[in-house]
Amino acid sequence: MQAFQVHTGKVAPLDRANVDTDQIIPKQFLKRIERSGYGQFLFYDWRYLPDGKPNPEFVLNQTRYAGAGILLAGKNFGCGSSREHAPWALLDYGFRAVIAPSFADIFANNCIKNGLLPVVLDDAKVAELLAKTARVEIYQLKVDLVEREVRDDSGFVARFEMDDFKRKFLLEGLDDIGLTLKHHSAITEYEKQRRASASPAS
Amino acid sequence: MSRPRTLFEKIWDEHVVCQPAGEPALLYVDLHLVHEVTSPQAFEGLRLAGRPVRRPDLSFATVDHNVPTLAAERSIIRDPIAAQQVEALRRNCRDFGVPLFDIGSTEQGIVHVIGPELGLTRPGITIVCGDSHTSTHGAFGALAFGIGTSEVEHVLATQCLRQQRPKTLQIMVRGSLPQGVTAKDLVLGIIGRIGTDGATGYVIEYAGEAVRALSMEGRMTLCNMSIEAGARAGMVAPDETTFAYLRGRRFVPKGEVWDQAVAHWKTLPTDPGAQFDRVVEIDAASLAPAVTWGTNPGMVVPVTERVPDPQRLPSEAERGAALRALEYMGLRPGTPMQEVAVNRVFIGSCTNARLEDLRAAARVAKGHKVSAKVQAMVVPGSQAIKQAAEKEKLDQVFREAGFEWRESGCSMCLGMNPDILQPLERCASTSNRNFEGRQGARGRTHLVSPAMAAAAAIAGHFVDIRNWEYRD
Ligand code: SF4
Repeated sequence: MQAFQVHTGKVAPLDRANVDTDQIIPKQFLKRIERSGYGQFLFYDWRYLPDGKPNPEFVLNQTRYAGAGILLAGKNFGCGSSREHAPWALLDYGFRAVIAPSFADIFANNCIKNGLLPVVLDDAKVAELLAKTARVEIYQLKVDLVEREVRDDSGFVARFEMDDFKRKFLLEGLDDIGLTLKHHSAITEYEKQRRASASPAS
Repeated sequence: MSRPRTLFEKIWDEHVVCQPAGEPALLYVDLHLVHEVTSPQAFEGLRLAGRPVRRPDLSFATVDHNVPTLAAERSIIRDPIAAQQVEALRRNCRDFGVPLFDIGSTEQGIVHVIGPELGLTRPGITIVCGDSHTSTHGAFGALAFGIGTSEVEHVLATQCLRQQRPKTLQIMVRGSLPQGVTAKDLVLGIIGRIGTDGATGYVIEYAGEAVRALSMEGRMTLCNMSIEAGARAGMVAPDETTFAYLRGRRFVPKGEVWDQAVAHWKTLPTDPGAQFDRVVEIDAASLAPAVTWGTNPGMVVPVTERVPDPQRLPSEAERGAALRALEYMGLRPGTPMQEVAVNRVFIGSCTNARLEDLRAAARVAKGHKVSAKVQAMVVPGSQAIKQAAEKEKLDQVFREAGFEWRESGCSMCLGMNPDILQPLERCASTSNRNFEGRQGARGRTHLVSPAMAAAAAIAGHFVDIRNWEYRD
């Protein structure tokens, strides 16, 4: 999987709470069997008008946010469906990190498995960043997982939490399954003592 | 005596394979359910790495999200991309030895409906599926939660998951539910109270008299929507209701092993004195039949109330969200919910498409006619439920009243198959998500119980089911 250490990039604001994964990528795009190519469908129903033209009101369609690598969002980002197509679409579109006051659990997990960094900052910090993105034409942030901090070049610095294992996992881009398979013998031992009633009767 | 533990802790402790230093626990998965939408990339990953499925005997697959619900359309799926996805699951199941309950089999149905129905879902076990509503299975006192596709691949390859231990939240429902108030109204009431992220990071255990009194169907409805409050898992302690439901089902233990199983299951309920990280109390008597008005399940009011006025909400963020939601929903603040007219009704989904749900809706429909302005459909959760309902002639009741009677699948819960809302159509739905576009781009969803949905189909607008004129 893709590692994440430091990313410096343009910030796009999506000032809404409870953005669910149905909005991040609507169901009609979940029928594909590939892992790639979902960026074109990101926020589809918000990005495009019913006639298929880009919606000029939607923030990602504004030229000043073109090429943004960091998404700034409201609380409970990624709630709802477990579809991993959501982080796939964000990454494929070009985002490497999402900053929000909170994330839904399954979504945050899915992000980490794919090298998309979910950064939790408190409401006040997120509000400060929202204000900055509104004020500064091209607003850039440096998201640093090594130092666990977010900073800009005009004095903003905020620390964020990330547990040691997840951090290591992202920094090194570890192979999740390979890591677990190292415990192969422990799994085999465990299986020997499982209760009979834990398995489906045949 | 060992320290008192909660139901969750007992299951967790028993399933920790190992706790490597500096890593989260490795948790064993007893049952892995698989469907067509979230699995193709996982199987492809195995293929690329040359890995087998470690325990195909603990994995079970079905097709539910994409399948058409009209009998004539089921053998050949017309949407080529959906057909390809279903075909991919067939090939993956064949290649990796995973049993598949395919279209045309009597076991096919929504993954969270067939698991319990077949007795695959059992107390005390761990269950995962690449689907957030896996929380449903917690109704049996199992630890069941949704995972993403990378984790699906991980479980296929290792039968384990690396998991951070979640916190525990007890939702204690005091008293009993009033007449006409169902498990759906209870869970909507809970989400309305704690919010759509109120239980993020927690596993919920539902307890109290009102929960004990629920049937297994009701408990499944309750646990199903735990994820709508942010909790990956919701649980109810197993009891005689659970055992009676499971006895004799296809995959439950038989004979002596059944007796041993029940003896073990009886040890699972939370010990007196066990501590939860948080407790929320709900007064069952305060609940009423619920209807959502907005674009997430926490935007909900009793049917007797009005569309809320955003200006009265406490924070700027809430006002903004409510204004947006009302605009999307095409509703004006202050409109009585009972004056909101619908043009579609959907009775289905893993939340409310079990036999008890269909019975409740049929009882309302009996002797009435669906409003001329409404198109209403009933989609049983599984083929087994469809058959059981037909044996009771519920299909006749629905058809005579003017409801369509379909084959099983997820259908208009998310509209990946041909069943979708047209833009601006307004739907009373027994499903679990009223997100923008969930049932079809620009469609408007109101979540309700099966009886409330049936009544809305007939009246053409929401009504208080407590005043319904039953004709049975
Ligand atoms: S019925 Fe709806 S919520 Fe349930 S599994 Fe299917 S799509 Fe998901």
